[in-house]
Amino acid sequence: MVNKINIFKHFLLSASLLLISSVSFSYEPPDTVAVRSHSAGAPAHHDESHGFDAGKMILEHVVDSHEWHLWGHTSIPLPVIVKTDKGFEVFSSSHFGHGGSEEYQGKNYTYALKEGSIVVVDELDGSVDEAATASLYDFSITKNVMSMFITMALMLWIFLTVAKAYTKNAGKAPKGLQSFVEPLIMFVRDDLAKPSIGEKRYERFMPFLLTVFFFVMISNYLGLIPFFPGGVNLTGSISIAMVLALFTLLITVFVGNKHYWQHIFAMPGVPIPVLIILTPIEILGVILRPFVLMVRLFANITAGHIIALAFFSLIFIFGEMNAGLGYGVSILSLVFTVFMGFLELLVAFLQAYVFTLLSAIYFGSAVDEGHHIHNHEDDYLPENSAHV
Amino acid sequence: MELVKPSIGLIFWMIVSFSIILFLLKKFAWKPILGMIKEREESIENALASAEKAKLEMKALQSSNERILAEARSERDALLKDAREIREKMISEAKNAANKEGERMLAAARENIQIEKNKAIADLKNQVASLSIEIAEKILRSELSSDEKQKTLVNTLLKDVNLN
Repeated sequence: MVNKINIFKHFLLSASLLLISSVSFSYEPPDTVAVRSHSAGAPAHHDESHGFDAGKMILEHVVDSHEWHLWGHTSIPLPVIVKTDKGFEVFSSSHFGHGGSEEYQGKNYTYALKEGSIVVVDELDGSVDEAATASLYDFSITKNVMSMFITMALMLWIFLTVAKAYTKNAGKAPKGLQSFVEPLIMFVRDDLAKPSIGEKRYERFMPFLLTVFFFVMISNYLGLIPFFPGGVNLTGSISIAMVLALFTLLITVFVGNKHYWQHIFAMPGVPIPVLIILTPIEILGVILRPFVLMVRLFANITAGHIIALAFFSLIFIFGEMNAGLGYGVSILSLVFTVFMGFLELLVAFLQAYVFTLLSAIYFGSAVDEGHHIHNHEDDYLPENSAHV
Repeated sequence: MELVKPSIGLIFWMIVSFSIILFLLKKFAWKPILGMIKEREESIENALASAEKAKLEMKALQSSNERILAEARSERDALLKDAREIREKMISEAKNAANKEGERMLAAARENIQIEKNKAIADLKNQVASLSIEIAEKILRSELSSDEKQKTLVNTLLKDVNLN
């Protein structure tokens, strides 16, 4: 027990160190931001006299991008894969130049970046070709995709190593990485899956629950690391959260038994006039529950990133008014960011926990056979935990 | 609203790679890990159960040991008692036998002595008789060696007889 606490302490300590170091690495000085946003060509939002635009800077860091910005003017170009009505095209994002100011003459069309997304432009005057852009599908390996690959590679490495360790010292006490991971696996099994799904049926859901739990948790923690390969708002991306929730929805729908569907389409013991109201609500609930899962994960993680960035934006906003004021606020910002960082460490785990728990509860209600007392408990849980 | 706009590329890559990683981890990580954890839990449970069983057995063994010990002790006591009785019996029997024998021997000795005494007395009587005869003979001879003596004797004898 004492050992576990010690590991946790070390973990917290190193994480907080990383957060503090974020001050020096993650944020570009306002002039570069200004130059970038200017060259990205957003005339309506921005003019040079306005100086530092916090909203734009924050949004740029939170949303997906076609290059992985490291520091200053250094970024890793990522492959762009687009499908147009004339077929696929693959090229490097470095063709757009730093900040995405240049156009690229591809095989089929000429492409440019407009507010982060790829558009087809006219070769001659550079105006956006709306018709061709509408049929363009962007399958690029973006920053989020890259970060997702990194997270998954990390997961594969961790869990294949751990699996090997388990087969190697079978029946013995866990060692090293194994002993760090085992309590989490046991937590998912004993505190999430078993109570929500039931002792008899939980086993078939374990692979999905564990994969989701560790994917969300690892990418949340990677997102808290302010430099490469972390710092990406991966789980705070709506697409990622959507796919995870979609998996939960599909599994719930596919494993749902007679009892489950009966409760949705014709709740037993409810008079028909009430059913007319209740059934649409229940059907909507099937979709709504994963939707809420998606929104919760997306909103929590994105909010965490936005808050951390907002505190640092304060430094530059006040710094523009007065250099001294900037320095003064920086101390305050730093304190708040460290505080928020600790909160985010908790949130990162909590969101993985909540997502897995609610998925497990949905699966549990889908495979539930009995008429026991816990039957309707799960109906209240999502609302109760909605504030986390 | 860049923030809440799902992107097709990201969704596509996420579905593909999440399915792949789900499959890979299920097959190569979760199955062996969960299996091993379960196996270990079962073996620990079994070990605990068998320890409990061994404890009970030990207790049973101990009580049976105690019983056997008590039995042995009582048996030993009985044996000792028997032995003591036998010894006493033997001693008393031997004593009796010795007494009897002694008495028998004593009686025999007394009888022998009586016989020997009678024999000796008889012998002595015979010897005294023969000695007396010899002495009488010798006296007679000396008394009757001369006429005068014979006459005196006769006179003495006659004198005694007259008075009667």
